[in-house]
Amino acid sequence: MTLEMLNYAIAWPEIFLLIMASLVLVVDVFLPDEKRNVTYVISQLSLIVTMAMIVMMSSNERIIAFNGVFVNDAFANVLKLFVVGIVAMVFVYSRRYLIERNIFKGEFYVLGLFGLLGMMVMISAHHFLSLYLGLELLSLSLYAMVAFHRDNANASEAAMKYFVLGAIASGMLLYGMSMVYGMTGTLNIEEVAKAISQQQEMNIVLVFGLVFMLIGVAFKLGAVPFHMWIPDVYQGAPTIVTSYIATAPKIAGFAMVMRLLVEGMGGLHADWQLMLVILSVLSMAIGNVVAIAQTNLKRMLAYSTISHVGFIMLGILSANNAGYSAAMFYTLTYALMSLGAFGIIMLLARAGFEADNLSDLKGLNQRSPWFAFMMLILMFSMAGVPPTVGFWAKLAVLKAVIDINMLWLALVAVFFSIIGVFYYLRIIKLMYFDDAEENAPLHNGRDMQVALSANGLAILALGIYPSSLMALCIAVFS
Amino acid sequence: MSFTEIVFYAFSAIMVVAALGVISARNPVHSALSLVLTFFATAAIWMLLEAEFLAITLVLVYVGAVMVLFLFVVMMLDINITQMRAGFMRFLPFGILVALILAVQMILVVGPANFGLDVAGFASPVEHAADYSNTKELGRVLYTDYVFPFEIAAVILLVAIVAAISLTMRRRPQTKYQTPGKQVMVKKEDRLRIIKMQTEEKQ
Repeated sequence: MTLEMLNYAIAWPEIFLLIMASLVLVVDVFLPDEKRNVTYVISQLSLIVTMAMIVMMSSNERIIAFNGVFVNDAFANVLKLFVVGIVAMVFVYSRRYLIERNIFKGEFYVLGLFGLLGMMVMISAHHFLSLYLGLELLSLSLYAMVAFHRDNANASEAAMKYFVLGAIASGMLLYGMSMVYGMTGTLNIEEVAKAISQQQEMNIVLVFGLVFMLIGVAFKLGAVPFHMWIPDVYQGAPTIVTSYIATAPKIAGFAMVMRLLVEGMGGLHADWQLMLVILSVLSMAIGNVVAIAQTNLKRMLAYSTISHVGFIMLGILSANNAGYSAAMFYTLTYALMSLGAFGIIMLLARAGFEADNLSDLKGLNQRSPWFAFMMLILMFSMAGVPPTVGFWAKLAVLKAVIDINMLWLALVAVFFSIIGVFYYLRIIKLMYFDDAEENAPLHNGRDMQVALSANGLAILALGIYPSSLMALCIAVFS
Repeated sequence: MSFTEIVFYAFSAIMVVAALGVISARNPVHSALSLVLTFFATAAIWMLLEAEFLAITLVLVYVGAVMVLFLFVVMMLDINITQMRAGFMRFLPFGILVALILAVQMILVVGPANFGLDVAGFASPVEHAADYSNTKELGRVLYTDYVFPFEIAAVILLVAIVAAISLTMRRRPQTKYQTPGKQVMVKKEDRLRIIKMQTEEKQ
């Protein structure tokens, strides 16, 4: 065994990110409070270099490294690029928010970078062990980030709930993996798939393991009935942490579903398809209906997340390449929309005022027509109104479902998304047709305004020209 | 029934009873001690699997270090058990019902019909000679085949340290600190003030 046999060179983006995260950790300790910007700049630079490395090293070849625990393919490259980019955007949004609340500390960036490393490990996992460790690295960073604002009692409560429920979900996932290991004798995803394809009759223990693994995954993604943590955590966590949780980890969660269910347990797709149908219908129903009753904007977006997870599952349960690429397109665009929506909340917020109630959006058009327009695009996109990308995402998953002769499921999905349009349009009504209750000037921070505008315009641009991203998603699965 | 099987069932029985003790004991100290017993029984079962190194580590690390710390904490905290048990009797029948259904379902699936030495496809593991070093083998795969998961596990521990410190360490303005460096530099003039004053008449 030599170092070359590990083929470690394909993991350079991860290795570099780990080095930089450790560097930020050490540098931050020696910085006085007024020079905290240095931490921020180093973090952003390391994200940019990581992205450049991913782009430079991307190839359509499927390379396996570290004795079969790590894989790099086109799927991993695209998802990693998006995940790193979104975390960089979250960091742009974070600076002013953290400074105003007196929590502009290096730990946020350190934990953010380590969480990102966990996501990249999950995306590149080729072994149940690396998948699980990546997930734990991400979750542990997230728990700490939620509790990060210590003087906020809501955040501590949210962190506690997240931690306890997350630990139960991890236990479920591990138990399922142990069952699969008991039946196949391996944890390597490719060999698990091989062992399953050699089984002649239905193996009840494998299905049993599959159920537990699916529960773990559904929990992390937040599908009904494993969604209870989402509203509390989204509402309780500082908005910047919510925007981190609601975006990049969803992409990593999608990668986890693809690696576990499709690559590993693909031979059992007849079993998980039915389970996903149930999860998906329940998620769309509960998410869209309960969101109507919310008065808190973050809580409403939490329920909207649940309903979008239902839509993503529609694509996965089609169990064919068209469905997978539709689900991937949906996940990537949803992460962008969610990022923008939480960005608007942070734009309206200031010290001592979180702007997380629906009424705080009243008359946004009078205060800032441009950002009201951005929010309009984001809400239209979440609702799935045509000139925005959300429409294409919904169309693609619905088409995938119809193609496998599940017309009724597509009808159910359309029915619930029409219900969902109500609460997205209510926000637009509040912004454009109600009078502003307060006229405090919007926050400026040039970097944030530029990033937020780019975010909103990207949704619109992708809506007008969806073909490039769509082609990318299709190419990954062919 | 072979000797190994007798040992297995004996320790498994001890483990299950001790685990029940962990969650049903009234006194938290008894719970913690039951957990120690559970760990011991688990270590014995691992011995049967020829995983001596893991068995010894479990006893040394968990029983020797973690549980002792845990006992300290339990003894120091004044945990109000009656308050925590408020809903216990009310939910007990429902809890038992759910647990029973779960147990029956799981036995049906993961019971001896699907797992066990007499089921096809499950050969008993190869027995190694007495000089076979379990520790060496573990070390070999840990730093070669599993070096990537090993590194990620290390990062997880690092994040745990960062999280624990960032959540608990804070500067409290009202706390009074000593600065030993300044203390030893103190001179007589800093502390003692000599005042000249008139002597007073004796009354």
